[in-house]
Amino acid sequence: MRWLLLKDLTILRRSPLQAVLLVAYPILIALLIGFAISREPGKPRVAFLNEIPPGARVAGGNGKLPAVGVNRRICRQVECVDVGSRGEAERKVRDGDVLAALILPADLIDRLNSLSTLSPETPEVEVLVNEENPLKAQAVDDRITALLARANLFIARQIAQEGGRYLNLVVDGGSFDVLGQAVEILGLRDTASILEALRPDVPAARRPELDRVIRFATLARDNLDVAAPLIDRLAQPIAVDKQTVSAPTPPLEVFAVAVAATLTLTFVVLLLVAGSLALEREEGTFARLTGGLVSRSALLAEKLGLGVAVGLLVTLLMLAGVQLFAGLAWSRFGLWLAAILLGGGAFAAAGAALGAAARDVRSVSLLAFMVSLPVALLSLVPSGAVGATLYDAIRVLTALFPFKPALEAMTAALDSAGPGIGAPLFHLTILIAAYTALARLALRRFAAV
Amino acid sequence: MEARGLVKRYGDREALKGVDFAAHPGELVAVIGPNGAGKTTLLSILAGTLRADAGTVESPNGHVGWVPQRASLYRRLTVEENLLLFARLEGVGDPRGVVEEMLGLTGLGERRGEVVARLSGGNQQRVNIAIGLLARPAVLLLDEPSVGLDPRQRARLWEFIAGLAGRGTSVVFSTHDIQEAERYGQRLLVLADGEGLFDGSAAELRETVRGEAPEAAGGDFETAFLSYLQHRGH
Repeated sequence: MRWLLLKDLTILRRSPLQAVLLVAYPILIALLIGFAISREPGKPRVAFLNEIPPGARVAGGNGKLPAVGVNRRICRQVECVDVGSRGEAERKVRDGDVLAALILPADLIDRLNSLSTLSPETPEVEVLVNEENPLKAQAVDDRITALLARANLFIARQIAQEGGRYLNLVVDGGSFDVLGQAVEILGLRDTASILEALRPDVPAARRPELDRVIRFATLARDNLDVAAPLIDRLAQPIAVDKQTVSAPTPPLEVFAVAVAATLTLTFVVLLLVAGSLALEREEGTFARLTGGLVSRSALLAEKLGLGVAVGLLVTLLMLAGVQLFAGLAWSRFGLWLAAILLGGGAFAAAGAALGAAARDVRSVSLLAFMVSLPVALLSLVPSGAVGATLYDAIRVLTALFPFKPALEAMTAALDSAGPGIGAPLFHLTILIAAYTALARLALRRFAAV
Repeated sequence: MEARGLVKRYGDREALKGVDFAAHPGELVAVIGPNGAGKTTLLSILAGTLRADAGTVESPNGHVGWVPQRASLYRRLTVEENLLLFARLEGVGDPRGVVEEMLGLTGLGERRGEVVARLSGGNQQRVNIAIGLLARPAVLLLDEPSVGLDPRQRARLWEFIAGLAGRGTSVVFSTHDIQEAERYGQRLLVLADGEGLFDGSAAELRETVRGEAPEAAGGDFETAFLSYLQHRGH
């Protein structure tokens, strides 16, 4: 069998395109994943035009609320590109220099101030976007909506906080600044005390009326005390208490590495084994080999060994490349090996079944892509993202192909968080047995077709 | 090598209908017949690459060299790598020695390092035959060995094959070229629609035709052969 293995490796070496792809593919994947996980997600570039006159402030009652610093806050969330005019903002959006343009119109503060009057106007900001395609339109919409939701929440909290301060002034009394002049507010607490002190001096006939005023002041003081936290809650009435019911999940970067490693294993092993087996028929050597030189089972075992060996090498090469960007737990190397060997074995067996079923190398390569790519994508569909029936169908389909269990095994091997590695390894073992049996069956009619 | 009552079915179609066959040491046997007669099926069964539905095959010590019609070679390996691989798989004692011998025998010594894909059809066929000879088989089976070769290459091929028979190897070959069968085959096996119609020398076949259609027997051998088939409803 070793002579056959050496022969296949020599043929692989003599096929420059295949050999380059086998080396270049993991390096490319490693670089892409490495760059993606070693950098923070970039802030979207947003053109920012502030037309609000300098010194404009949001008013509150008879006084002024402090400036809320919306522009400063927004520019913390996105990369603000200051522009001088609406035309410049439009141009930048159209040319794709920025994702969107945010324009704070000159009347924004006036409209905000009108909210506390009898003729309120809705404050509006302008957003210019370039929706080149539905995907970008959705992405821009989501980003801008999230951005404005945060700004609105911040403003609401500032206003609620200011409102709470005024309530405290009404209850406890204190000093209040109106047009630069300090105004002393008595407060409900002191009002009640003063009235109670005056009560003995008030004629008995008028005391019931005075008692009504004292009772009102006391009641108002006691109840307004609880209004302040209520106003605060109005800014964000619903709080989120997130609890994870599934097992802890590994960090996103570990999952990304596992996806990359599994994809590498899928394409390298599946294409190599399927192509190598189909090549035996294309070259006419299958009949010669199995005509007494080697058994069909031995030939099948050789192809599986070839796929697993090359898959192991290429996947480890890819992981070593990723290591340059992100720390991987090399202490779990034994588990990596188990995941790669059994995952590679399952892909090799599936590749052998495909190779034995197809006529030539070209059709088997096409078939391998047509089968593996959709299954790999379906394996990444999370529960809840599609309807229950469709998800059940996807689960059944992805369970029949090695990608999903291989991905689960690889994820579990790379990180201790998440479900254990035992179940996916067992699943892969079953798939190896099933696909090997299928391939062996298909080889019976391999030479005859 | 001896085979008796060989039957092979592909679905409802019977490709071989109880064919008997024998080849003696040093004998050159030509298997001829129209398309679909069962020539390749018979040789494949004798070579062991196809299983018969009925009948028996006895071959000397199991050593049968098989040269399929289409060169069964790894086109990305060199001539020498191909020979060495199959020599090792055959389990011969001294693979490198045998390969050297085959390179000398087929005249491919100078092209040993060349990738098979770059060789002409004739040279690929010589490598194909050399692989069939690696285990020094007592019987060599060749399926249409001269297809695609130019006249000079054909002449060299038959000279080479005759040399093998001269050294005691039984050579069984199928061909569509009736003149070639008459010239090189010491014995002819005529198949038609899976039936063995004739087993004997070219002269014996011509004699048979002479009794049935004297005008056909006087012409070339191909005319006599066609007349023989026609008289038997083929």
